[in-house]
Amino acid sequence: MSHQAANGVPCRGKVLTVDNMNPRVKKVEYAVRGPVVQRAVQIEKELREGVKKPFTEVIKANIGDAHAMGQKPITFFRQVLAMCSYPELLKDNMFPEDAKQRARRILEACGGHSIGAYSASQGIECIRQDVARYIEKRDGGIASNPDNIYLSTGASDAIVTILKLLVRGEGCDRTGVMISIPQYPLYSAAITDLGAVQVHYYLDEANCWSLDVAELRRALNAARQHCNPRVLCIINPGNPTGQVQSRQCIEDVIRFVKEEHLFLMADEVYQDNVYAEGCKFQSFKKVLFEMGPEYSSTVEMASFHSTSKCYMGECGFRGGYMEVINMDPEVKAQLTKLVSVRLCPPVSGQALMDLVVNPPQPDEPSYTTFMKERTAVLAELAEKARLTEQILNTVPGITCNPVQGAMYSFPRITLPQKAIDKAKEAGHIPDMFYCMKLLEEEGICLVPGSGFGQREGTFHFRMTILPPTEKLKVLLQRLRDFHQRFTQEFS
Amino acid sequence: LTSHPEAIIVLPRHKIMKMSVLQEINPNVRNMKPLEYSILAGRLSQIKEELRQGVKKPYQEVLDVYMGDPHKGGVKPLSFVRQVLAACLYPQLVNSSKLPADVRQRAQRLLGRCDGGSVGSYTATRGIPETLIRVSEFITRRDGGVPSNPENIFLSPGSQWSLSILHVLLNPESSPRNGVLSPVPCHNTTTMSVTGLGAVVVPYYLSEEQGWELQVEELHRAMESAKGVCNPIALYIVNPGNPDGHVQSRKSMQEVIRFVSERKLFLLADEVYQDYVFGENSEFVSYKRVLSEMGPPLSDTVELASFHSASKGWMGECGLRTGYMELVNLDPAVMKHIFTMFSTDTCAPVLGQIALDLMLNPPQPGEPSYPLYHMETQNIKNTLAGNGKRAVEVVNSLPGLCCQPLEGGAFAFPKVYLPPSFIQKAKEAGLEPDTFYCSRLLDEAGLLVGPGTEYGQKEGTYHIRFCILTSAEIMEEVLTRLTCFHKQFMKDFS
Repeated sequence: MSHQAANGVPCRGKVLTVDNMNPRVKKVEYAVRGPVVQRAVQIEKELREGVKKPFTEVIKANIGDAHAMGQKPITFFRQVLAMCSYPELLKDNMFPEDAKQRARRILEACGGHSIGAYSASQGIECIRQDVARYIEKRDGGIASNPDNIYLSTGASDAIVTILKLLVRGEGCDRTGVMISIPQYPLYSAAITDLGAVQVHYYLDEANCWSLDVAELRRALNAARQHCNPRVLCIINPGNPTGQVQSRQCIEDVIRFVKEEHLFLMADEVYQDNVYAEGCKFQSFKKVLFEMGPEYSSTVEMASFHSTSKCYMGECGFRGGYMEVINMDPEVKAQLTKLVSVRLCPPVSGQALMDLVVNPPQPDEPSYTTFMKERTAVLAELAEKARLTEQILNTVPGITCNPVQGAMYSFPRITLPQKAIDKAKEAGHIPDMFYCMKLLEEEGICLVPGSGFGQREGTFHFRMTILPPTEKLKVLLQRLRDFHQRFTQEFS
Repeated sequence: LTSHPEAIIVLPRHKIMKMSVLQEINPNVRNMKPLEYSILAGRLSQIKEELRQGVKKPYQEVLDVYMGDPHKGGVKPLSFVRQVLAACLYPQLVNSSKLPADVRQRAQRLLGRCDGGSVGSYTATRGIPETLIRVSEFITRRDGGVPSNPENIFLSPGSQWSLSILHVLLNPESSPRNGVLSPVPCHNTTTMSVTGLGAVVVPYYLSEEQGWELQVEELHRAMESAKGVCNPIALYIVNPGNPDGHVQSRKSMQEVIRFVSERKLFLLADEVYQDYVFGENSEFVSYKRVLSEMGPPLSDTVELASFHSASKGWMGECGLRTGYMELVNLDPAVMKHIFTMFSTDTCAPVLGQIALDLMLNPPQPGEPSYPLYHMETQNIKNTLAGNGKRAVEVVNSLPGLCCQPLEGGAFAFPKVYLPPSFIQKAKEAGLEPDTFYCSRLLDEAGLLVGPGTEYGQKEGTYHIRFCILTSAEIMEEVLTRLTCFHKQFMKDFS
């Protein structure tokens, strides 16, 4: 519908509207940076402008960003990266020799000896070799081929790339992607964006969020009615739940994917974040190979790692990699083609990943400091995990499973019926309503459980265990007070 | 079973023993044309290995001028930029006197804007808020005062990543399929992105004989050609051009703007080479500025996305992977969805965001780093202009090679005459003729350049592309090797 403007030129509507834009993008949600977080940013602005509130700062426990919460970078890594950035520093004696050696080696592998040159799309070759060696060492000697390593812009980039590669088909043949409930919403966002079918399998809250193969089977069979499930995504240690898979469970999953011809995506970015007694990280690849050639030569999988988590917490570098196992060579060629579109991953992130897989060794000068820093970070996280679980479980109406690993707690909250009704009246999801109120009244920013998925009729929130211990205690205390108040207000 | 390689064989599910067979992957990915580069890259690796093992060759190392990568080509990083990055990475340097005072101040200020004072933290989705303001100020300054709103700016891991705006524009479920008008020649990754999203590339040919000018009649023809094939919804334009080096005139840009308005197309303006203008009568002016100068209703209605990058400019920091996109006149409801989509990538690499901040906000006269900064950037600028001139001169002196005058950009894209006997040999080798030329150039002269096939060209013509944003020494060596090879080539095949 056009009409004439004052000067006789016809007016027209927009070329790009919500009606004609990619409908899949419209459906994408990402709670980690969703409405609660956006409101938190606004409130911070208001506080800066001097607006009076019942709190002086917003405690942001919404995103797995350790440095933002005061965790310090690993000295060794930053020394090497500083020298890679400004090689003049290599002449200076403020840095130890092992750091200099690493920097020289990395620069040698860069075009024009600069981290500002593009690298090969798959990543710098010697870094991929280092990654392969790290994986071999981690997995008790099981061989890793550098050609199967793809460096990436964070693990997220690699995850989306694999999904992009595998999602196809129309109607009932459309690719189904199995992902846990609850899950890290990158998966649901990518699935929506690609127009794939999300097939969810429920983790068992009553059993510490464990995974049960019977549930996988149930989900798969139900999904086969309306789509073609081809991929199983598993996050271990889990996000948001923190559960660390047992050896038995990993074996069961591997048997399952083999039987059902599924591609396995193992998101292992929290592999160093294991706190609970009796829990141990084992890579899917290691278990796969220990199960013998019947499995190790047939199961097709990709595992993902990142520089953003563990003890490094270097989210801003966007460093990551994936290792693909048993991928059909022709498909691998397509994968290699696909990653070339964005030229290459950030070279500084690649360099950082090189240091993560190639840290100071016992005979090197930086070893002592490195180990001290690494141990301190992981110990503090373990303590905060324990503290969080402990305090939350003292609150009537909040139940928290042990935080076995990763960086989050995903407690269940009981909401009074009146609150649920009030929320629904206002057109809000009840746990979103809860989190918004918590933010406005206490200045605490968490993410509603609905952003991750949960069983119908249950409510949760995800909080990180990252704020410094004292602040975490404040957060938990205010949360306790809030929950009691909330329960009373709506009783 | 058929022997046709593209045939899709649909097996009953229980017969599919191997999970990921070629038939079973995303057809949009399958349809993406593979890079000619991958053919040459394989050979490049082999040659490098042979050299390492001491195999005798007429050259001691390979010169790779395939990509627009200044650092690889011997251009040095800017000291100021690298010093600030180092101090941001290792903040103890902020308090040490090893670095100039303004470097330390900048680092301190920039770190202050990072959560936890660390470049390891995520930033806000669209980028560090202060940096977005700096970017908008830069744009306003550059465009003679045309206002720029930081809310419309998105930092991303590189201009190709910014092209995820295509993701919003292109509806994979639409029938007929969406189309994007794209220049020929054009750098290859964009066309791959369009195909990868299930849309159709609608080529419009730049006029080689007119210095690679864009003629609006050609845009009309392209739209006609799309009838019955797809529904074009966007026009992609690169100015200064890659690989062609043409810098658009204001008049031409106005024609494009009028065209997209009439035809209801979204305008995607890739302006990453905006600093590289050395043609005598050429001047870069942004699409946003031209649009604004054309006044309402066009200035209020034409929907535009313009791209810039930290990979270019005088910094040339390709490896940092950062760029920005400015969106103009978009529907606010759509902007919300664009934001959500960007948020799933969390944020652009922080070092790159910082570099971009420095690039658009360089040292000023009076500041301690200014003299060195000025000298280094002038040096690169002069070298580029010199290389451009030299490249055209040398190339045009060779029989069978013809390069249009270079007005800007980072490449030379000469036409190569390939004799029929050579074309025949190429067919036998199963390669495109210009790819075959490039592979022989690589083998015999140790020089890696890009074949015109990679970028698109008029049927029956052949070209090569090589980067001219290199050190003067490397440019000279490149031209020497090319000359030597080509003269011999013409002898061998005429």
